Amino acid sequence: MSAVEVRTTRPAGGDVPPVRRARRRWTLPRIGAELGMLAVAAIFLFPFYVFLTVAFKTPAELARSPLSLPSDPALANFTEAWQRGDLGTAMVNSVVVTSLSVLLLVACGSLAAYVLARRGTRLGYGTYLLFLLGLMIPLQLGMVPLYQLMRDLNLLQTYTSLIIFEIGHQLPLAVFLYAGFLRALPRDYEEAARVDGAGSLSVFRRIVFPLLRPVTGTVVILSAINIWNDFLTPLLYVGGSPQQTLPVAIFAFRGEFASQWQVIFAGMGIAIVPILVIYFLLQKYIIKGFASGIKG
Amino acid sequence: MTLTASPPSTDGGPEVARRRSRRASVPYLLLVPALLFYAFVVLWPTLQGAGYAFTDWAGRRETPGFVGLDNFTELFSAPAARSALRNTLVIAVSTTIVQTLVGLALALALHSALASRNLLRTMFFAPALLPPVIIGFLWQYILTPAGPLNDALGAVGLGGLAQNWLGDSSVALASVIGVIIWQNAGLTMVIYLAGLEGVPPELHEAATMDGAGRWQRLRHVTLPLLLPATTIALSLTLIGSLKLFDQVYVMTGGGPGYATETLSVVMYKEAFVSGRYGYSTAIALVLTMIVFAFALLQLRGLRRFEVQQ
Repeated sequence: MSAVEVRTTRPAGGDVPPVRRARRRWTLPRIGAELGMLAVAAIFLFPFYVFLTVAFKTPAELARSPLSLPSDPALANFTEAWQRGDLGTAMVNSVVVTSLSVLLLVACGSLAAYVLARRGTRLGYGTYLLFLLGLMIPLQLGMVPLYQLMRDLNLLQTYTSLIIFEIGHQLPLAVFLYAGFLRALPRDYEEAARVDGAGSLSVFRRIVFPLLRPVTGTVVILSAINIWNDFLTPLLYVGGSPQQTLPVAIFAFRGEFASQWQVIFAGMGIAIVPILVIYFLLQKYIIKGFASGIKG
Repeated sequence: MTLTASPPSTDGGPEVARRRSRRASVPYLLLVPALLFYAFVVLWPTLQGAGYAFTDWAGRRETPGFVGLDNFTELFSAPAARSALRNTLVIAVSTTIVQTLVGLALALALHSALASRNLLRTMFFAPALLPPVIIGFLWQYILTPAGPLNDALGAVGLGGLAQNWLGDSSVALASVIGVIIWQNAGLTMVIYLAGLEGVPPELHEAATMDGAGRWQRLRHVTLPLLLPATTIALSLTLIGSLKLFDQVYVMTGGGPGYATETLSVVMYKEAFVSGRYGYSTAIALVLTMIVFAFALLQLRGLRRFEVQQ
């Protein structure tokens, strides 16, 4: 496992004066601090211990003691969860909805932010603020009217309804991030291209969009996690249908298996494996994205 | 969310006229796809919802009748909604304060030279990435009366502290708040760690030479420079916890009784269980007003604080 680095360019921590950095000996206070922090971590990680051990236990073992280690780690819970919960289908649904939403979100959001960042007019700024308003408005206010609208358009229980919703719901975040980045981006390249007679869309596609790569990474990471984890709207739109996404499937699963916690935990374990794998592979970028301080 | 957007820069100079003409050539047409999605999903339904809040609308077949402020009168007198209103405020304020302090403490601890700091950062942040539904069920089990938490308390000799964490209405709300903080403290930590990277070490060296101790350096050098990070962390936590739905809905469903009901949960139940669309959007409108009020309050408070610094 590689380490988390939230740092920018500065080599070492600002809270620690260089005097202390120079002598990193194992002094008594330092050992105390290390042990203290490990104790905090142990308490903090207790739920993960429960998660892992319960998923491998037999029902009898679980009833005897919720805390013990599984005596004979069995995969039976996982196979049962996978088959009876139809988690494979749910995972495919989540992948389809998340990837298509993010793709369209990046296209629409970057284009819109390009216009808003380059148009210095009052109309442009007003539209930008209108998008930012979406970061605050609770989705609850429009929830019922939108649900009715989707129903009247016969879009409930389809990927389409969810994808449309997620794009609209994540757009304020995407526009905010892209516009901030674009304002700081020099215009020389695009102006040169324009002098050469290229149209706006082709300037954007060939010159501007490639320059947006760092912020596109942030937009993709934040929105993908938000969409993948989303529960309330997917529950309304695709709950109980073959199109349901993972969080909705897990919710249904919990109802079905009532008190068979070992199977429920195995199912939840399957559902978080993709997130954890991506987290450990891309943690540097993921943490940097979240450190910029936005979550939809 | 931080609405610290500055108005678009108006560069002066001789190039202005030339640039203007070019800038104007980014056509508004490119905005259309985003605006369509945004208007369809957010703007139009939100406006409709604000209108329905003043009606007794109960579904497609019935025509909504205007009922004035009746929905709001009911909201402030019905036990479920009143409890939800109170709980929502309690959750928002306590989560915001505690999570910010815990996140700050973790960040300060892990910004030091600890050998395990990178591993611990990874661990502490992990819950913030996981689906709230799964976090909810995980804790629902941990907090059952014969579950792991009470077992662990017994094992370390604190059996007297054992509770029916989610089933006893006097501790259920505190349990929910604890779960939310456990899940999101890592997010606050990450924001503060990014802020700490921006504190120049030279300032600490200078303060040390002037004879400032550890605590004084923290109080007078580090904390003031963390104000931008604090702004972000506070608004993020505040808005998020005001809208809280997932964890509550899966862990307690608002119970026992109305002990953990939040505005989002009551709103959902009134709309999609009872079919009272008008009343439910009135609840959502009150939630919206609260979010905006807190955002304004925070903006003003932080401005004043920044002036003082």
